[in-house]
Amino acid sequence: MTTESTNIKTFVESFDPARSGLPGAGLGWLKALREDGIERFEALGLPTPKLEAWKYTRLKPLEDTRYQPVTDEDGMAALDTVPSLLPDPGGRPRLVFVNGWMRPNFWIDGDLPDGVHLEGLRDVLETRPDWIRERLGTLAGEDASSLVQLNTAMMDTGFVLRVEDGVRVETPIEVIFVGGLTARPVAYSPRNLIVLGKGAEATVVKYHVGLGAGAYLANSVSDIEVGPGALLRHYKVQAEAKEATHIHTIRARVARDATYESFSLSIGGRLSRNEVSVRLEGEGAHCALNGAYLMRGSEHCDNTTVIDHLVPHTTCREVFKGVLDDESRAVFVGRIVVHKDAQKTDGYQLCKTLLLSTGAEIDAKPELEIYADDVKCSHGAATGQLDETALFYLRSRGVPEALARNLLVQSFIGEALEEISDEVVRQAITDQVVHWLPAACYLAEEWRAE
Amino acid sequence: MVASIDTVQQVKELTEEKYKYGFFTDIESETAPKGLNEDIVRFISAKKNEPEWLLEWRLKAYRYWLTMPEPKWSKVFHEPIDYQDAYYYSAPKSAADGPQSLDEIDPQLLETYEKLGIPLKEQERLSGVAVDAVFDSVSVATTFKAKLGEVGVIFCPISEALESCPDLVKKYLGTVVPYTDNKHATLNSAVFTDGSFVYIPPGVRCPMELSTYFRINAANTGQFERTLIIADKGSYVSYLEGCTAPMRDEHQLHAAVVELIALDDAEIKYSTIQNWYPGDENGRGGIFNFVTKRGHCRGRNSKISWTQVETGAAITWKYPSCILKGDNSVGEFYSIAITNNYQQADTGTKMIHLGKNTSSRIISKGISAGRANQTYRGLVRISPKAKGARNFTQCDSLLIGDRCGAHTVPYIECKNKSAIVEHEATTSTISEDQLFYLRQRGIPPEEAVALVVNGFCREVLQQLPMEFAVEAQKLVGISLEGSVG
Amino acid sequence: MLEIKNLHVSVDGKAILKGIDLSVQPGEIHAIMGPNGSGKSTLSHVIAGRDGYEITGGRIIYQGEDMTGMAPEIRAAKGIFLAFQYPVEIPGVANTTFLKEALNAICRYHGKDELDAMQFVKVMREKTKELGIPEDMLKRAVNVGFSGGEKKRNEILQMAILNPTLAILDETDSGLDIDAMKIVAEGVNKLRAPERSILLITHYQRLLDYIIPDKVHVLAHGRIQRSGDKKLALELEEKGYAEFGEAAA
Repeated sequence: MTTESTNIKTFVESFDPARSGLPGAGLGWLKALREDGIERFEALGLPTPKLEAWKYTRLKPLEDTRYQPVTDEDGMAALDTVPSLLPDPGGRPRLVFVNGWMRPNFWIDGDLPDGVHLEGLRDVLETRPDWIRERLGTLAGEDASSLVQLNTAMMDTGFVLRVEDGVRVETPIEVIFVGGLTARPVAYSPRNLIVLGKGAEATVVKYHVGLGAGAYLANSVSDIEVGPGALLRHYKVQAEAKEATHIHTIRARVARDATYESFSLSIGGRLSRNEVSVRLEGEGAHCALNGAYLMRGSEHCDNTTVIDHLVPHTTCREVFKGVLDDESRAVFVGRIVVHKDAQKTDGYQLCKTLLLSTGAEIDAKPELEIYADDVKCSHGAATGQLDETALFYLRSRGVPEALARNLLVQSFIGEALEEISDEVVRQAITDQVVHWLPAACYLAEEWRAE
Repeated sequence: MVASIDTVQQVKELTEEKYKYGFFTDIESETAPKGLNEDIVRFISAKKNEPEWLLEWRLKAYRYWLTMPEPKWSKVFHEPIDYQDAYYYSAPKSAADGPQSLDEIDPQLLETYEKLGIPLKEQERLSGVAVDAVFDSVSVATTFKAKLGEVGVIFCPISEALESCPDLVKKYLGTVVPYTDNKHATLNSAVFTDGSFVYIPPGVRCPMELSTYFRINAANTGQFERTLIIADKGSYVSYLEGCTAPMRDEHQLHAAVVELIALDDAEIKYSTIQNWYPGDENGRGGIFNFVTKRGHCRGRNSKISWTQVETGAAITWKYPSCILKGDNSVGEFYSIAITNNYQQADTGTKMIHLGKNTSSRIISKGISAGRANQTYRGLVRISPKAKGARNFTQCDSLLIGDRCGAHTVPYIECKNKSAIVEHEATTSTISEDQLFYLRQRGIPPEEAVALVVNGFCREVLQQLPMEFAVEAQKLVGISLEGSVG
Repeated sequence: MLEIKNLHVSVDGKAILKGIDLSVQPGEIHAIMGPNGSGKSTLSHVIAGRDGYEITGGRIIYQGEDMTGMAPEIRAAKGIFLAFQYPVEIPGVANTTFLKEALNAICRYHGKDELDAMQFVKVMREKTKELGIPEDMLKRAVNVGFSGGEKKRNEILQMAILNPTLAILDETDSGLDIDAMKIVAEGVNKLRAPERSILLITHYQRLLDYIIPDKVHVLAHGRIQRSGDKKLALELEEKGYAEFGEAAA
């Protein structure tokens, strides 16, 4: 037996104690699904750089650390204040998870209109098992990656948002995942489901934030269905703790004339990977897949995206911008696939990275795969350092150097932030970017971009 | 402008003529037994009176090759290659003792080259291009040797170089593409039969274009030529390469290796027009063109520039690359790849920046028509020490018809903050508006397509030496024959 | 020169032209005016032979020959020239290359000798000078990076070089300021000749201040609603197309 498969065995065994307590234990189909998942995970093993999709990211922490399942005690860890991303949560609906555990006492129902259902995964498994079975089954799939298989086997938490036909939710719904409040390495596997009916509209903001110093593995999967003519704005901020490993797989299906807008900001975690795959399944479907990454220390952030244009007349736009300091490293793999007969596709992709330090590294692979001729697709990728001329220009106008550097970084990231269509969220995410900048020179209000 | 008129005529001619290099020359050949084993490797080496070290090197390569899996990462698909079902050595019999002058060459062979439009004959020498012609496994003629000799330029078959300047060959062979490099290059290391050798002494600007024409003639024969070009300090050379093959129903393997070495302040310009038989319109036959080409900018301020026009071959698998080791060295890759019918191409380049202030430029124009699939695959790597490195990449794809594919797979790895790397790619088609506009002005559809495609490729065509530019423009039109209804 | 008889055209099954009759004699300039969506551009495209239009009835006779179903390049060779409303960009192909290709294709069609490089340069020089077009425009790629005015002047230059017998100017004045329009109009007037007919397609009367038409037709709802002389254009300028609003039924 090779060491690799031995590792996988011990990795899996450490989860055994938790398996009997997982939600939906009474559901036969779910039990089968979970068993399938663990078998496939064991067969596939942890992804390694030998796989093209993982060429630039090695899951070192997963090879070295023996993660334990979350216990009730971990889940009930004390939390004085909820670290909210959005200002003034007042009437805004909010869900809170701590160390992967649902914490209803922090939830705010907010003023959600009728026809909007926001619940924990555990509850939905009890109240609407058939409805969720249909979705978990179709979206899990045999071809899913090993980490998705692991999630399917171990999914223990997460939320379900269901918006009925024609219902529009005005306020952003915030979901907060607090991690790092444990003394030993833990792992949890949130499984989220967002389903928007015909013509529905909603904005979901996920805030993954690390408070303590503990090492943990958050292996999340979000499955998303955007119904005909619906609009989903799906934002995410990854500000995990220093020793965290954050894996998030998002799979979205977008129907006719529907729009899926996503933005992902990565500013924390030892190792993070956002893997987003979007299928544009109906004519007129559009997706905007954007993000920013700001890394320092020895952080590693991987954004891997695939957009499948399956039918004619679909469009996509993708803008990612990143700033890398110290010894940090980022990976951007963006693939746009235009399938046969998906004529009149319009696709655009841009990835730009600033390297602030000699030790930093960016690996980019913007990829086009095209099987139809009447399409307009383009991509661009660029890396460089801060523009010395611009820096000099600002300094010659009296701006101190440190501040000038911050301003240039902020303006660089700004191009991606502009893609966020929800104003409240854009401001909140801009604040996160500003806070990331070197502490000595927080920008004064008047310096902030509009 | 003149050339585009030629394009138009060529397209017309081709309507009847199709692949005009598809003839086969019936001459007596000497072949090694079919199949591949250590004895064949020894046979080839013995045929060429090679020194012991080279035989050892070949055998090491052969043994290593046995352990290697077929490369699977590219987007090309074909039946497994039966390596035992091919001949690895085939030489025109009359050349057995080596032709001393053109008079000794089989007249039928000369006729073949005449058909190919290659100026081997005395009266055509006015064109000012020195030619080395490789027919199946051996080099049959090298022109202008004496004139080149006056300035110290060595331009001869590599088998001859092993006798006349073995130390030079030994010093550089396999230093850019080691025998362990990849399955196809390793096979070449084991069984290469001939190819060109060029050495430009320090400070010499090669007085004429050097050119090699490759021709696969015999059936079931693989061609494995190996080219080695060394540009010593402060020298310059421009080298042209052309390839054709007869039309045959079975696939034939062409696994060549080209190694370029540029020392301080030297410059090598390497241009290829690849027009191997592409197979018929149903994808039957055609050459498997699995080629490893790599240049090493070993010296400061050196420059290597690759220009390729890839229109032939059933499958092209080729990544002419530059290792930019010397400070301030420059690498360039200009490419036009055209695939039609069932042709497949997975081609691109690697620019490995190691030295300070190194720069590279990649311009790739891919045209896909019929049921063809084409991939641009490129790597730009900036190592931590490559301070001030600079890369610009532009990849454009043009699709003609709704059953072809065009793919762009660039890898960008940047480990130095002072580097500037820019990559742009676009995909488009020939729009109906463009076609109607040109036709309204009186230009027939096929010519209109050739005109738009030539415009699309202009940036690359401009890089070719004059002698090749005209031929390349013609090829662009011809290769797309029948792609518009 | 051009006889259009009871022409019916539809696009994707929708009738656009519903019975056009038009007769243009050699040397005449006809203006076709009409509101947006009246079928003006369809008419010009159909005369030039663009794909995608179905002729459901009627005929287009040009110099005594039925044009219906003929390829656009053959029509061009026979002397029909269409100045496009939106001239198309062809990256990488120099204007000179393009014009030479076009001119020589037409020569070949008529079995005439093609121009050699010297002869061609001479023709180009002559025409650019005549029309006051800077020579550097010839070296640039066809319409790529041209301003709106430059594109339209390029169309006029092509017309001068290809020397058609029937020129159709499709909304050549659209998007031009008054100075640019004057230059274009001047170019057209220089090309007026007894053997050449011109069809001006326009939404506005203002172009007709500079190019005086022999006849004016009003096209609305797929039919010619009225014909007259240049006074009709002035009348339209005053009253607009409102009176043709009801005529459709």
